[in-house]
Order: sequence, then structure tokens, then C-alpha cells
Amino acid sequence: MGSLILLFTAAAVVLLTTAMLFTAGWSHPPVHGVQSGYRGLALDQLSTPASERLVKLANILPDPIDKASPDGDKATSVYKNIKVLDDLSIDQFNRVMLGLAAWVAPKDQSCSYCHSVENMADDSLYTKRVARVMLKMTRHINKEWQPHVGAVGVTCYTCHRGQPVPTNIWFMAAPAGAGGFATNNDGLGHPTAINRSTGLSADPFSGYLDVEGVAGARVQATHALPVGYGATIQQTEKTYSLMVSVSTSLGVNCTFCHNSRAFGQWPESAPQRVTAWHGIQMTRDLNVHFLEPLQSEWPANRLGTIGDGPKVFCATCHQGAPKPLLGVSLAKDWPELGGSDAH
Amino acid sequence: MFGFFAFEVIGLNMLASVHWSPIQFIRQLPWLALEPPKSQYGISPFVPMAEGGWWLLAGFLLTASVILWWTRMYTRAVALGLGTHTAWAFGAAIWLYLVLGFIRPLLMGYWSEAVPFGIFPHLDWTAAFSLRYGNLFYNLFHMLSIAFLYGSALLFAMHGATILSVGRYGGEREVEQVLYRGTAAERAALFWRSTMGFNATMESIHRWAWWFAVLCPLTGGIDILLTGTVVDNWYLWAVQHGVAPSYPHVFPPVVDPAATGASQWEALFFCSRLLRSSC
Repeated sequence: MGSLILLFTAAAVVLLTTAMLFTAGWSHPPVHGVQSGYRGLALDQLSTPASERLVKLANILPDPIDKASPDGDKATSVYKNIKVLDDLSIDQFNRVMLGLAAWVAPKDQSCSYCHSVENMADDSLYTKRVARVMLKMTRHINKEWQPHVGAVGVTCYTCHRGQPVPTNIWFMAAPAGAGGFATNNDGLGHPTAINRSTGLSADPFSGYLDVEGVAGARVQATHALPVGYGATIQQTEKTYSLMVSVSTSLGVNCTFCHNSRAFGQWPESAPQRVTAWHGIQMTRDLNVHFLEPLQSEWPANRLGTIGDGPKVFCATCHQGAPKPLLGVSLAKDWPELGGSDAH
Repeated sequence: MFGFFAFEVIGLNMLASVHWSPIQFIRQLPWLALEPPKSQYGISPFVPMAEGGWWLLAGFLLTASVILWWTRMYTRAVALGLGTHTAWAFGAAIWLYLVLGFIRPLLMGYWSEAVPFGIFPHLDWTAAFSLRYGNLFYNLFHMLSIAFLYGSALLFAMHGATILSVGRYGGEREVEQVLYRGTAAERAALFWRSTMGFNATMESIHRWAWWFAVLCPLTGGIDILLTGTVVDNWYLWAVQHGVAPSYPHVFPPVVDPAATGASQWEALFFCSRLLRSSC
């Protein structure tokens, strides 16, 4: 009897260990650590050969497109219905079109993904109307969001990477659970890619990255002793989930920006936290002023489960790297898109 | 019965949260939750079932079950002529449980401050709680609680290892042997006296272990009770009172960009743009 129990226990241990090894997100050693702050504060960045390989694979650069002269006749002199790129020369304009075909349009559709080929000036396809807003947005980012993107800047490729829809976008979460009389848990308690398999909020973005002027993320008390009731635990969990998504999007630990002994304290933080703060403001600006106004343009297959259009968050550009495309600036060669040469 | 019903309320709500899918219930079980009412309900006992009412009911049932269990433990000990120290140790654990789920939420005025039911959700709560209140590691009672927790773990492991090592002499019958000479228990006691200290006796080491175990939830309860009610940010409190050490700054000075209006980075970029163009 005793040996039977022992046998069952041993079998259970072996099975569970095997299951554990092949299910959870284990990292294969060696783990490489780079210290970034003062010793003893755990301020370091960790990576493994596998994670480094994946980041490299995800950040392959596109083929360059020959530069175009800004001189010569303006594109508006030969093409009709130009609304955004009206400051470009014919060569520059054509270069942007080549870029869009290479970076965004499906390979088998190319120009016809956005244009009606009988009449290129025609606006009947929603993809063309959306592309206009996206071009405006790209220039806006490169011009107005220097505090975040700096000299690296962005092009269409930063997010699209050869796909009509960038891989990392977000929609509002559908209410979880059976509904009715049963607990709704406020969306907590379900592992997703966004909350990185925690039970935290599965949609930390709604009400934060899609509205401007909300404080929200700052949940830690700013005084040692209580002065009124501050943030709730649920708000804290939402911020926590948001920060988990930032960390996953950039492929970094919390300590890339924060000193984990005092997350909220700016003087204890790394300078990257300021850049990230501007990134959050930028993301809000883009969602509110560029993505959300496109709501009526999207066909049904581009909408989320509750009918909202796609929106951006950190991973849309970063795609697992601390700097998109590992800090290689494509924008510097693209004054047409407002890259650094343009200003 | 109370315990069974609490278990059912929690389990069925978890099952409902995955649309009654048994497969998802198994897959997501460690993540599934029964969350307390949202802050808008304050400390009201009347909360819609879907908005946290089930949490209140489960909490009531579980508390009733635990307290009845304690009562039985106490009365059986008295009836059998035993000391009541087991019941009081259990009472210390109940104290921590009640502080987390009832007394502190009552003092704060919000059920939403309480711990959710669920394996990972209650751990997420713990992390969020520490983040919200400025790092519990700077809470003195939390430090004590951790010291007693790890201390208990060490003492109990040492105890277990000693009993195991006298297993060939029947050391597992410790309770029967404790008063007698020439037993496995005496060998174990002699070993501890030689290695731990010459005043370690069979009785004293068990009193040490009892106090370590009991003080863990006792100080832990005080730690939670003070958080949010008396101290809102333990890190700032620890800085004020010289508990938190300061480290040399290796980064350039970092200023809150929201507080300064324009950050040093914004200023830097703005200047560089001014220099490079006529804008």
C-alpha cells in the first residue's frame, strides 16, 4: 500500500514537472544581465540568446528606396486630388507611393490596395482615405513628438512591417463572463498576451490611452501619511497591467525606467522614464486625433469584438525592442514623411 | 457546511466567468477570480450580486466557517484536557484573514480594498497593494512579519530534519517520548542543546517555534492594518524616518515631466531644433 502511494506520488511529480517545463514561459539559460544603475538596486536588463535572436528577427530592415530630389515640378502639377503630400516634388511623391506599396500594401495588390486603377485620383476605397490620415499622422509624429521619437523618427514601416494592418494593435475588451447574476469581476482574472498571463486587467488601455487629459496612471500616494482617499487597488491593478504591456512592448524589465524600490519617484528613476512618459502622451494623442476619427471608415473585418476601430499602444511601433527597429533611423532618409532632414 | 457553500459560491462564479466552459475552467483556474465590490459601493452591505455581492456572501460564509472551526478547536482542546495553544495559533491566522478582508476595508470605508478570491488574483492584489502604498518592504511590521515567516520556515525545517534524523529510534513518536530519558526525543534534544545552545530544552524550542509562527500573522495583521489608514506611502515614510537608505545617483537628474511642464528632454530637443532651423 505504502509503495503504491509512493509510486503514484512519484508519477504525479514527474508528470507535473514535465507539464510545467513544456507549458509555462521558461527562459533557456544563459541569462545575460547588463547593470544600468547603482549596485545592489537590481537595476539591470536581462536577456537570453533566444530573446536576442527573436528581437533581431523581428527587426529586419526593408530594402532602401532610392532618394528623390525635392526640386522640379510639384506633384500637384500632374496628379489630381492630392491633399496631404501637396508639398512634394513629383519624384518625392512617387517615392512615397513606392514606399507604401512596399511597406503596407499586400504583395498581390500593390497600388490597387488603395487606388482604383482606372482613376488613381478616386477616393472610393477606404484604404486610401485611411492612408491619408496615416501619412498625416507620420508627419505629425516626426514633427510634434520629438521628445519621444527624437532623431530616430518613424516611417510607415516602423509599425506596418510589410503588412496592411500592424501586428500589435488593441481593441476594447468585450465584457468577460456569463453576465447576468454572476460576478463580472470588472474584467480581472483572465490571462492574455496584453497582461502577460497575469490575472490583471485584460484591457488596461480603455479610458487611458484613448482619452486625453486623464491622470490615471499615478496611483502611489505622494505623501507619507494619508491625505484623503487616493487611488483604489483596482486602479493600481490597471496601471500595473498597463506597465506590464509597456515592458512587454519594449522587451525590457521594469527597471529600464523605474527604480523598483520606489516606482513613483522621479528622482529615483532612469532618464528613459521621461521618454516613456512622452510616449504615453503621444499614444493618447494619436488615438484621439488620428485613429478614433477613422471609426466610420473601417469595414466590419477591421473592427474589434465590440465594434471599435483599431488603436495603437507601445508595441505597435516598438514590437519588442527598446527602440523600434533597434534604433535604426529609417526616417532620416525620408524627408517626405517629415523625417529629420525635413526640419 | 459554511465552508462548502463558500467554496461553491467562489467556484461557480469562476465557472461563470469563463462562460460555463469546463475546459476553460481547468485551463484558467489559477487566474480565475471572485473580486470584491468596486469602490463606488463603499462599505455598503447591499451590493448587486454581479458587482461584488457574491464576494460578500462568500466572505461571510468563509468567515463563519473559520470561526466555527476555531470554536470547535478550542472546545475540543478543553474537553480533552489539552492546552488551548493550537486554537490561539489558529486565532492569529484568523486575525490576519479578518484584517485583510474585513477590519481594514471597514476602517478604509471600502470593500474594494479587500483581497479577491483566486490563486493568482490574490497575488496580483498583494503586488498592487504594495505598489499603491509605496512599497511594503519599508513597513516595519511587514519586516517583522517576514522575519517571523522565514524564521518559522527555518525553525520548522530544522525541527523536521532533526526528527527525521532520529527516525531510526522512533523519533516520530516525539509527543509520547518528550518527558522520558533514553528516547529518540532525548537524543534529538541533546543534539539541539549541543548545536543550538545549552539552554535549548524540549519545551523551550517548541515555545520559540510557536511564537515565531504566531507572530508572523500577528505582526502581518498590524502591517496591513496600518497601511492606508495610518501610512499612505511606506517609502516616503521610511525616507522621513531614516529607514530607507539613499544611494548615489548614477543617472542624470530626472524630473517629473508633468510637474515641470516641459521636461529637460523637451527643452533639449527644442533648443537643438532652434539651432538647426529658423523655426
